Amino acid sequence: MGDFFAALFNPSIPFIRYALFAGLLSSIPFGIIGTWVTIKRISYLAGAIAHSVLAGIGISLYFGTKYNIPWLHPLLGALISAIVAALLIGFVSIKAKEREDTVIGAIWATGMSLGLLFIAKTPGYISPMTYLFGNILIISQTDLILLLILDIVVIIMGFLFYHQFQAMSFDEEFARIRGLKTNFYYFILLIMTAITVVLMTTIIGIVMVIALLTIPAAIAGFFAKKIWLIMLISVGLTALFTSSGLLISYLTDLPAGSTIILISGVVYLTSVIVKKIIL
Amino acid sequence: MEEAINFKEVSFSYDTVQVLENVNFTINRGDFISILGPNGGGKTTLAKLMLGIYTPNSGKVFIHGKTPVQNREIIGYVPQYSLFDPNFPVSVLDVVLMGRINNFSIKYSKKDKIYAEKSMESVGISDLRSKPYSDLSGGQRQRVLIARALATNPQILLLDEPTANVDAAIEYKMSTMLSKLQKSMTILLITHDLGFVSELVNKVVCVNKKVHIHPTSGITEEHIKELYNDNMRIVRHDIKEDNLGDTEYRGPEISRKEDNLGDTEYRGPGISRKEEEAI
Repeated sequence: MGDFFAALFNPSIPFIRYALFAGLLSSIPFGIIGTWVTIKRISYLAGAIAHSVLAGIGISLYFGTKYNIPWLHPLLGALISAIVAALLIGFVSIKAKEREDTVIGAIWATGMSLGLLFIAKTPGYISPMTYLFGNILIISQTDLILLLILDIVVIIMGFLFYHQFQAMSFDEEFARIRGLKTNFYYFILLIMTAITVVLMTTIIGIVMVIALLTIPAAIAGFFAKKIWLIMLISVGLTALFTSSGLLISYLTDLPAGSTIILISGVVYLTSVIVKKIIL
Repeated sequence: MEEAINFKEVSFSYDTVQVLENVNFTINRGDFISILGPNGGGKTTLAKLMLGIYTPNSGKVFIHGKTPVQNREIIGYVPQYSLFDPNFPVSVLDVVLMGRINNFSIKYSKKDKIYAEKSMESVGISDLRSKPYSDLSGGQRQRVLIARALATNPQILLLDEPTANVDAAIEYKMSTMLSKLQKSMTILLITHDLGFVSELVNKVVCVNKKVHIHPTSGITEEHIKELYNDNMRIVRHDIKEDNLGDTEYRGPEISRKEDNLGDTEYRGPGISRKEEEAI
């Protein structure tokens, strides 16, 4: 334990500090957006968005390395592809009602394979594992600044559109009859989901990020009956899961992403049991 | 008398299935209308055409003289509560306030809150305001949705099967409540329950692909008996509810005899066409 705190303040190993900052910074949008994703039951869509992020990562790695474009950061590629995927998925889910799951499954897998192909063709060796399952060693100061900016955007939008999201999630048809631009808000929610997912891909990885988005809100939903309260609890839980996961992974030399998700999963199962048996 | 709703030669089909065929009728302002018909006969489709959720394949719908999309905000729509996620984390007041939703407000105004309070009062749920929606009974949820519709300050109230899945006692409460509301708005009630209809309604719209409109002024139990004779039986409810009521529930309830289910033609309640012409 003492080791961990020593490492946290050791200037020669910044990555553990960066990872902790990244985890704490992301917990706020994860709590807010994760709550909406869970309540609106679009975690499948969020999963598809998360996986298609690999396309952007692969493309930016390939062109960034091959043509030596330093500003073409993988996180930028991830962000662009997440937003493109969100728009595409939003469009599909509004237009193709009953075929939605098939089309979204296709977007999910196509995005991933596109990313893997570009990564395979990128000069030098890059392990796709880094992006699929997360790697705290690749977090840089630039990542943290980007995270902070995205944080602020998500918090402001989450605050501005709280009532609109609530009305749309509860009864979309009624909200539309009342004149609410439900499609507009739906796209906003999906784009915010996309941004949020990207925030954590470096630590948790593409494959597992969806768990951290939904598990805290699902746990909070067992015990709270108001959306803002669920959000508050989710933010706290996400912060707790990421920091305790980092601590344990440091002490035991285990991969951070998997440790964080495993802790979330254990707490989730425990709260299911507590809810069913005790309450 | 001014027109509230007007259907002119409206036809509607889902893909190749014709649901409504050449529908013509007019509803006046202040009418209390019951929309009756068998399942799959097109009742809900009729409602969705009024709300501009569906567009007719041919013909036109007018709401207070304008198109449904232009004027649907004057309709307070009450969908069936059973369509919603029963565990959605909102309070009663939150749901009622959704009747006041608009595109840009970050907060509900004082005026919005007054409308919400007044409408909760008129359906008798003021004391439930801070309760979670998920803790309510079916009848209470239905009343919350009516309050949400009333909070929009509607000129037309459109209720889709408000008595489905609620017991007779609540049904009775609902009918007294609606009779009070009738003084200030046009009411359209989609129902399968003839007994609930007869006491309050002044016209019946019978929907089964085609639509006929009948006044109810002359309907007696004898008429109904005569019309439905061996397909229907009349059940009288001359019951006094100790815990509920100050008054007797007297409406007849009619149901098809089970052995005749399915092979009989739906003939519409109320009055035969001949009688309608006589009136």
